[in-house]
Amino acid sequence: MVHESATAHVTGEALYTDDLLARFPGLLHAWPVLSPHAHALLLHLNCAPALEEPGVVATLAAEDVPGEGNSGANRHDEPLFPDEVTFHSQPVAWVLADSLEAAKLGAARVEAGYKPLPHILSIADAIGAQSFHSGPHRIQRGNSTEAIDAAPHALSGELHIGGQEHFYLETQCAISRLDDSGGILVDSSTQHPSETQEVVARVLGIPRHLVTVQCLRMGGAFGGKEVQANPWAAIAALGTWKTQRPVRVRLPRWLDMALTGKRHPFFAKFRAGFEDDGRLRGIELQLYSDGGWSLDLSDPVLWRALFHCDNAYLIPALDATGWVCQTNKTSQTAFRGFGGPQGMIVIEDILDRIARRLGLAPHLVRERNFYREGDVTHYGQTVKDASRIARIWDELKISSDFDQRREAIAQYNRTHRHTKRGLAITPVKFGISFTATFFNQAGALVLVYRDGSVQVNHGGTEMGQGLHTKIRRIAAEALGVDPEAVRIMTTSTDKVPNTSATAASAGTDLNGAAVFDACRQIKERLRGVEQDLAAEGQLNLTFAQLTEAAYRRRVSLFAHGFYRTPDIHFDPKTATGKPFHYFAYGAAVAEVEIDGFTGQNRTLRVDILQDVGDSLAPVVDRGQVEGGFIQGLGWLTLEELIWDENGRLATGGASTYKLPSWPEMPPVFNVAFLSRAAEPDVIHGSKAIGEPPLMLAFAVREAIRDAIAAFGADSPSGGVVTLDSPATPERIFWALQRAAN
Amino acid sequence: MDADCAQFRLSLNGTAVRIHGLPPQTTLLDFVRSQGLTGAKEGCAEGECGACAVLLISQSPGENRAVCRAVNSCLVPLPAVAGREVFTVEGLSENGTLAEVQNAMAAAGGSQCGYCTPGFVVSMFAEQHRCDPDHRDLHALGGNLCRCTGYRPIRDAFLSLGHTPEGRIQQRLLEPASPPQRLRYRANNAGFSTPLSLDEALRLAAETPDSRFVAGNTDLGVVTNLRDTRFPDLISLQAVPELKHFTETPDAVEIGAALTLTEIGERWQTAPPVFREWLPLFASLLIRNSATLGGNLATASPIGDSAPLLLALDAAVRIASLQGDRLIPLTEFFCGYRKTALNPGEILSSVRIPKPFPHTARFFKVAKRSLDDISTVAVCIAISGRGARIALGGVAATPLRVLEAEDFLSNGDIEGAQQALEHTLHPLSDHRGSAAYRLAMAKSLLAKFRAEHEGQI
Repeated sequence: MVHESATAHVTGEALYTDDLLARFPGLLHAWPVLSPHAHALLLHLNCAPALEEPGVVATLAAEDVPGEGNSGANRHDEPLFPDEVTFHSQPVAWVLADSLEAAKLGAARVEAGYKPLPHILSIADAIGAQSFHSGPHRIQRGNSTEAIDAAPHALSGELHIGGQEHFYLETQCAISRLDDSGGILVDSSTQHPSETQEVVARVLGIPRHLVTVQCLRMGGAFGGKEVQANPWAAIAALGTWKTQRPVRVRLPRWLDMALTGKRHPFFAKFRAGFEDDGRLRGIELQLYSDGGWSLDLSDPVLWRALFHCDNAYLIPALDATGWVCQTNKTSQTAFRGFGGPQGMIVIEDILDRIARRLGLAPHLVRERNFYREGDVTHYGQTVKDASRIARIWDELKISSDFDQRREAIAQYNRTHRHTKRGLAITPVKFGISFTATFFNQAGALVLVYRDGSVQVNHGGTEMGQGLHTKIRRIAAEALGVDPEAVRIMTTSTDKVPNTSATAASAGTDLNGAAVFDACRQIKERLRGVEQDLAAEGQLNLTFAQLTEAAYRRRVSLFAHGFYRTPDIHFDPKTATGKPFHYFAYGAAVAEVEIDGFTGQNRTLRVDILQDVGDSLAPVVDRGQVEGGFIQGLGWLTLEELIWDENGRLATGGASTYKLPSWPEMPPVFNVAFLSRAAEPDVIHGSKAIGEPPLMLAFAVREAIRDAIAAFGADSPSGGVVTLDSPATPERIFWALQRAAN
Repeated sequence: MDADCAQFRLSLNGTAVRIHGLPPQTTLLDFVRSQGLTGAKEGCAEGECGACAVLLISQSPGENRAVCRAVNSCLVPLPAVAGREVFTVEGLSENGTLAEVQNAMAAAGGSQCGYCTPGFVVSMFAEQHRCDPDHRDLHALGGNLCRCTGYRPIRDAFLSLGHTPEGRIQQRLLEPASPPQRLRYRANNAGFSTPLSLDEALRLAAETPDSRFVAGNTDLGVVTNLRDTRFPDLISLQAVPELKHFTETPDAVEIGAALTLTEIGERWQTAPPVFREWLPLFASLLIRNSATLGGNLATASPIGDSAPLLLALDAAVRIASLQGDRLIPLTEFFCGYRKTALNPGEILSSVRIPKPFPHTARFFKVAKRSLDDISTVAVCIAISGRGARIALGGVAATPLRVLEAEDFLSNGDIEGAQQALEHTLHPLSDHRGSAAYRLAMAKSLLAKFRAEHEGQI
């Protein structure tokens, strides 16, 4: 089964929000007036000159907002028209014109005066100034200080962890227009149409029933359109409200990168105590995330980092504390993994340091610390199916020839002075569910027509992850029809209300179960009709015959479905509970080669074994594993966000911010799914797959550290490899100099 | 000479289209999308992602037939394709039957979000129509970015492709491409001209104050798209035959400045190995299909990758003007940061590389990403009977040779050469790398050259 839109993708017929543009006569293009400062008071603003530009129709500023001019999702801390700008390029006004060119020329004529203020552009400066959005957030188990002090060995360290630009190929876009009865209709590239609807209604000061937000599909999202689609939809809607004309807001790449949030950069400080054999006794950990100018989703991102600072390992005593720093940068947001990666990278860093300190093989130290059946996490949740960690590990070590290759690589490294290879295996344990329990609900509306064709509406959005492909299979199987009979409709708030974001890898678990619930009801009604007809001697009816008969017997052919994840709870006050429905597991082996002259490196081979439960769509799931892995590889080795001293993003375009491209694909890339792994209590026995594979890429980072260590093998200092993230050629080069000296 | 006109024609998916009154900076991408052909997408607007790729029917060098080349339509000014034939992804399927590349991509799971997919399909289609499976370049898709798949299924789709299939584009390629057309297009107070001779180009420039020459537009297009710079008059050198020559004599090769990198690769069959190793590092195929050697030199970027190679090959450049032409060593061409020896109205017409080529030459590029990235440092080292040449990019305001280091290297003294680099070079720190790393790389690559030479790698 291939992606349900595959044919439309390859022919170019698949439509995305901005492809609809030509359908709206009289459409206006919106362009922002950008602040040239990262932090400043806006002293005065005069939009009038823009109106003198031919083609300019209107301008938008604070006085044009009938409702509340703020798009902040939770804290309402994101003014659309700020008095005080708090990050570089923040829009202070917008210009609407018949053409994009006219809107840009108009925006250049808007007069704005600023009084620059001191800005904070790093986590270190934020800590120095005690500039925090929130914190401390804390999870504690046992007495970590005592445990570390009593341990035979201890080490401490720091790790700088870079952020990551989503670089969804389709940038942020919204097109709004009046609907036919006094409301407003917004096409938005959003992962969360209900929240986009809420923000539009808030800004316009109207009830939500007057606002419809729909999303046909997105050209990638990765978390970057979970809340950050909202302001652009709000501006478009505000423009329509003011001018009564369709309005398009589309951020070109450079503007998207300048204005929208990214994966949070983190800074970690830690102290660890451990046994002679590498087993952990206790860890103290402080995590500082760079939240940027507004809170956004930074709190749950930090919490997920705290939840995942154990990865797959039992930490008997742990004190993990986190702060969200407030800086004058883009507002960092959800990104595949949602803080999990930043928590997990630290424990992987620590375990490699422990192994090098003790002169043990890193994979031995890792496996000695695995969770076993019955173990409980630091937040009090029993690790369900913990034995799968070791099972995956053992199976992958065999299928990847891990032990033999370790030998071969050691031999290679003995005979090569200038290039060295490294090999590493790392595990992933990732909790599935929104940690805010109330988000774990979903709705669906299934419509069956008399001819047996089916429309499925659900609250989830398609961003390439294959949700619609899986939903179509679920609906087709539940109703007993061909997949071709099932049409997945544009996600729209007028079909299913009050939905959650398509996020947290839970899109299929939640929406699939809701769709199944609706189909089950219809199927039950049809079964009744079938039995009646059988009693009358009519047998072997087609689905279409059955639906026509049901209609004539006045049996309803549509149903809404609903699902809420059972038995999850979490108490933030005590930091304990069962926040996750289950855990997704996997492991990866990576082999890399480093050029000692430059620090440049190649990933030679990757082997992955992932627990996807009973896969609903193996092609889709393999795609998620491979794509997530490469995205993780990009975050860890290549992609670098650098802000200059004025707070401008210096790597703010595709020519300066480098994604993994064709050559980064490992020449050998083996992916397998764990067998005998059906997950009870989840639709179809499948497991979430969106986020977990990203963290499999730790194997690449750890293999790089392994290779760096090999360069230092002959030096007296040979040992702990310190390497901040991302491991760019330059960072690796300097790490090599440290290793050699 | 023709009077200015406000219209021209092109062929879009086999149908003639008349363009009238659109501003000259309108990109081919924006135009095809305005025609309802929304398969091509804007992913970056600077030629890095390939989501906007379309096919151009071009003349095959030295053959009486055409080739189809994939180009980034976001960097093609619409008047640059006046009179030419363009195919978009929508034009690849015929009568509802998908092209083989489209079926292969769909079956392999090569699309997830689908946004980059049309660009990949176009690049793949061009490569399938370029040659038979045994000669395909696996890196032909290197200019297309995908954020979803990790590329493996796209590679599988690519490797599954058979021989060039029959079809209307394949049939079209059996005939020569449409000949270039002279154009003097003017709309919205801006002009775009395509002269058909060197003399015409020089006269046009002399008559038109504030005019700029443009060839592949892979550099000016970025400035146009990202910084909204508007050029009042562009003079395209794409169709000037004197700039498209490739001549080889016993003494030298001379490469026309308006030949694209792809055309040079096809024409220069006797090129030294260092050229073949340099070509894929220079840029992606999507860029090489548009970008010219003359353009890369004339922009005088300190990190342009052609300069280190050509400096190490001891190249000279020919500069044409209405008064005649002059040949100057490339070392004298770069006068300062983005400044060249070109006087107003002059055209860089060709690059001359003397023979014999160095017996040993290596081009090293250090960048964050192995391909399709801008150099942090680029070094080309060449050894010939007359000694060593070391040319570097990314370490100063201009690409340069370090003669003192060359003297040491000629005597086999690597450490001396490294010290000479150390006190000659004063690189800057930026987002691509620190000054210390750049200097370390310049020195380290000398050591790598020696290690390779001594067979240690």
